Amino acid sequence: MSGEPILSVKGVSKAFGGLKALIDVSFDVQRGEVFGIIGPNGSGKTTIINCITGFIRTQAGQVYFKGKEITGWKPHKIADAGIARTFQIMRPYYSLPAYKNLIIPLWSPRARKTGGWRGGGKHGDRDTVAVDILEEIGFERDSRVPYKLSSTLPTGYQKRLELARCMALRPEIIFCDEVFSGLSMSEIAGMLPLIEKMRDEGITLIMVEHRLRELFRVATRVMALNFGEKITEGEPSLVIEDKRVREAYLGAEGV
Amino acid sequence: MEQMRKERIDRGLKVRTEGLYAISSYREILYLMGPRLLLIVGVLALPFIFELAPYWKRVINIMFVYALLALSFDFLANYVGLVCLGGAFLTGVGGYFSAIYNVYLSFPTYLAIPCATITGAAFCTLCLIPCLPLRGVYFAIVTLMYPLLFTRIIEALNILGGTNGITGVDGFTNQHVEHYVIILVVIGFLFGMRRFVNQDIGLVLRGVKDNDQSVRASGIDVTRMKVLAVFIASLIGCFGGAYMAHLYMWAGISLFALDFSIIPIASVVIGGGGTLVGAVIGSFILVPLSEVLRAFGTFRIVIYCIILTGFIVFKSEGLMIYMQRKYHQFERWVKV
Repeated sequence: MSGEPILSVKGVSKAFGGLKALIDVSFDVQRGEVFGIIGPNGSGKTTIINCITGFIRTQAGQVYFKGKEITGWKPHKIADAGIARTFQIMRPYYSLPAYKNLIIPLWSPRARKTGGWRGGGKHGDRDTVAVDILEEIGFERDSRVPYKLSSTLPTGYQKRLELARCMALRPEIIFCDEVFSGLSMSEIAGMLPLIEKMRDEGITLIMVEHRLRELFRVATRVMALNFGEKITEGEPSLVIEDKRVREAYLGAEGV
Repeated sequence: MEQMRKERIDRGLKVRTEGLYAISSYREILYLMGPRLLLIVGVLALPFIFELAPYWKRVINIMFVYALLALSFDFLANYVGLVCLGGAFLTGVGGYFSAIYNVYLSFPTYLAIPCATITGAAFCTLCLIPCLPLRGVYFAIVTLMYPLLFTRIIEALNILGGTNGITGVDGFTNQHVEHYVIILVVIGFLFGMRRFVNQDIGLVLRGVKDNDQSVRASGIDVTRMKVLAVFIASLIGCFGGAYMAHLYMWAGISLFALDFSIIPIASVVIGGGGTLVGAVIGSFILVPLSEVLRAFGTFRIVIYCIILTGFIVFKSEGLMIYMQRKYHQFERWVKV
């Protein structure tokens, strides 16, 4: 633990009608961490991402990014500040080829501010930068894959495309909403090094996952949720030993 | 029994992705330029072809106005994902603004039209801003409602000439100017928009259509992009309205007529949505057709409906997409 946390969530609550999706959830994330959020179905994992990134409004609590309060900001402003996210249900821009999908984040005010898209040429060429990013993320540059319509890509590539869309923003935090779900073992094996590479580049990763084994390979700290409440937080090996976490996953009788 | 299927192969010109071609001979240049030149030359020659039919020359002008409206609808619906049922709103606002500039403020025609186009588009955009942050059918409903609203307001308050409309609007210098103003503007907007939707900013708009949440997560203000798109589409529509006001030398509530909302949509269905060119060609077919059918009186609506239904059932992709496929791909029958 060193210095001010890059992201600090304080007492966030959210209810959908009578259903309490999040109850007073607080946690801090340090710069450079890989922070895992686990929990059974319906425990509020995706909701907490939506609350932090501004896609749904919180009813109570504050979110601080680098010490600045971002509660209630519009999603695009939060992304502009440097918090990118993937979506659990991938919907690439179907009518565009894979590499053109990246033009959209590269066109954003943030990408223009950071100057990340300026590749070759006087005015910079977003297409070139897009293909570069795709290559980094595992699209073979000389194959046809980056030029295919994104709707025709297999799931593994669509997940990578989601990550690439985040990378194009050059964010400080990336929220990964179940990037491993729906992938085969070999596809996951291909994704893990990407996650490690992003971590090594200094990007803070917050991962919501069901695939605990893969998550625990990269995560430095894990938080467990159940029915919208935080059960525990700490080292992955300790969290998984926690009685309440086991109860949440297996049911009280199972333990 | 042996089953056969149709195999489609792209012609060798296309490289990797849409819009990139490898050209190595004049024949190939002609292959790519041909259809575009055919359209441009054909459109420019239209007034000469109908030189001896003054009635049809009038139809040509209106046909191009509908082409503009169809272009504007196609852009909003298929590139931004906003279904605008208010072509009449755009023409009405454009027409009235131009008439106000020309009659009340005595701007000359050629200044009134551009001014009306820009201020009219800004006015339309302002009216539509409240429903732009929303997703769903609200935009369609509100655009459908506005022309009715403004008709009633003008009638009830008896402003802007009331039911008589604003008379004494200046016309164009002569017939040739009348034709070529609209023809050149249609060509300009058509090719301009085709280029625009493939620019980076156009791609962002197409992203809004495919997945607005993802565009938001990319740090782009979706509402602002929609405002921009609506403004551009309104520019196209308002020009049509302003032009009509000067063509008829009159601006009245018939500029808010439902025809201006419906025929462009039908044109896009026939021409093929998402091609832009299809929208223009669709109105080249529909508008003269409805003129020809005038001979049948009210029965023309029946014929009209049959043709539309036929297109939706049998060629729902639209003419232009069908023709592009035939032009750009080989087809052959192969065994399954």
